[in-house]
Amino acid sequence: MYSDKVMDHFSNPRNVGEVEGANAIGEVGNAKCGDIMKIFMKIEDDVIKDIKFKTFGCGAAIATSSMATELVKGKHIDEALDLTNKAVADALGGLPAVKMHCSVLAEEAIKEAICNYLREKGVDIEAYHKCDNCCRG
Amino acid sequence: MKKFIYLDNAATTNVAPEVFDKMLPWFVENYGNPSSIYSVGRDAKKAIENSRRQVAGAINCKPNEIYFTGSGTEADNWAVKGCALANSEKGRHIITTNIEHHAVMDTAHYLEKNGFDVTYVPVEENGIVKAEKVLAAVRDNTVLVSVMMANNEIGTIQPIKAIAEGLKGKKVLFHTDAVQAIGAIPVDVQELGVDLLTLSAHKFHGPKGTGVLFIKRGTKIDNLLHGGGQERTRRASTENTAGIVGLGTAIEKAVNEMPVGIKRIKSIRDEAVQRIMEEIPHVRYNGDAKNRLPGNANFAFRFIEGEGLLLMLDLNGIAASSGSACTSGSLDPSHVLLAIGLPHEIAHGSLRLSFGSESKIEDIDYVVDTLKKVVSRLREMSPLYEDYIKSKPSEV
Repeated sequence: MYSDKVMDHFSNPRNVGEVEGANAIGEVGNAKCGDIMKIFMKIEDDVIKDIKFKTFGCGAAIATSSMATELVKGKHIDEALDLTNKAVADALGGLPAVKMHCSVLAEEAIKEAICNYLREKGVDIEAYHKCDNCCRG
Repeated sequence: MKKFIYLDNAATTNVAPEVFDKMLPWFVENYGNPSSIYSVGRDAKKAIENSRRQVAGAINCKPNEIYFTGSGTEADNWAVKGCALANSEKGRHIITTNIEHHAVMDTAHYLEKNGFDVTYVPVEENGIVKAEKVLAAVRDNTVLVSVMMANNEIGTIQPIKAIAEGLKGKKVLFHTDAVQAIGAIPVDVQELGVDLLTLSAHKFHGPKGTGVLFIKRGTKIDNLLHGGGQERTRRASTENTAGIVGLGTAIEKAVNEMPVGIKRIKSIRDEAVQRIMEEIPHVRYNGDAKNRLPGNANFAFRFIEGEGLLLMLDLNGIAASSGSACTSGSLDPSHVLLAIGLPHEIAHGSLRLSFGSESKIEDIDYVVDTLKKVVSRLREMSPLYEDYIKSKPSEV
């Protein structure tokens, strides 16, 4: 039911763990639903220098965490905020319909982390141009 | 050769070679319709009747109390809907438990939508329903009680005989789904005292797509399938001759081999359980430790999710199953694990290992070692485990 790419990212997930001295952390999901994703980033000059994740969840949740971190690593935070769950799923060669919610979690976790970073920096989230669809939490 | 260890015998089993051999002639050579009067038809009919005697012998009833179906699910649907509808003038109340297989549970839900009242008696924390609680739920308008003989997820054995005894003289029909039980523990319908009992061939090395409903003589039940006059006008459909022959052969073999087989299977299971409980931290054993099927083991590994666990075991050549939501396509974990009181987040991390006649004690080292590695790998990735380690509570 999973593509080879999903299985590759599930069995050899990239960027697992915690970033030492992370200045952006985002956690979404809940244990009751069986999915929690936690993202750790080191952001310098609004560029994601390092990113790691920890995920409690199914194969798709782990694979999307891995792929999403790959997609935003080294990117400017504005680019990372543009990441969609569809882009993550596409990069994995597609996900089964029942697993699409896992890719939403990856997108949300990254946005959550960046928003926390911006808040910490004293940026007015409501006014931040890239935060139309996020940072409301 | 790539390693393959099959520990999902509760899901299905392979067809035994001797069963397959007996089935083969009924596809290409002896293809006659058992209802036809010419010889190839009569031969098929004879084979079916022989199989009926084999099943009757295995569960201790008369051959004319055995009805072949297309699956265990069909037999469950037939028993529950058929008894409910046929007796609705007497009443519209049904009793079952909260750990039934979906074939019974969802059928009960369906009847609820159609004007029946259903009581789902909760099991205790050990996964066993108290007979007195089932009996206490009986009302004047109760027409049917359906309680599984052994649970498919946690293997717990239910007090069928005690319930049947309590129902004596009450004019309430009693059905049991014995799909997991047959071949694993003795199943004798006289001893149990049930009116209806469900079986499915593929759980005991017979073919998929064949089941049985035992209906005690004199039981008032409507048909589920209407059409031709097969199965003494009770179950329309051209008989699956090869499947029925396979079922008969398989049940005879299963029951004959059971006394020796279950001891061996139980010792393999016990070895695996003991090692897993000793060697892997933060694990819970689900369901009563003693009163359960000899081949069943069910664990909940804290801080991880079951589907990831299954995928990693599969990558290492081990086939098992989980009650996690992700493996069922729903958002809720197994109703059975919730019924025995597991919180959602722990139920998501469940693993069922079901051992069978082809399981080998030599494989247990590899299974336990692999499980250890896989569980610790998933925990390293888990934010729940991280939280736990950081908080370091005094108790687990």
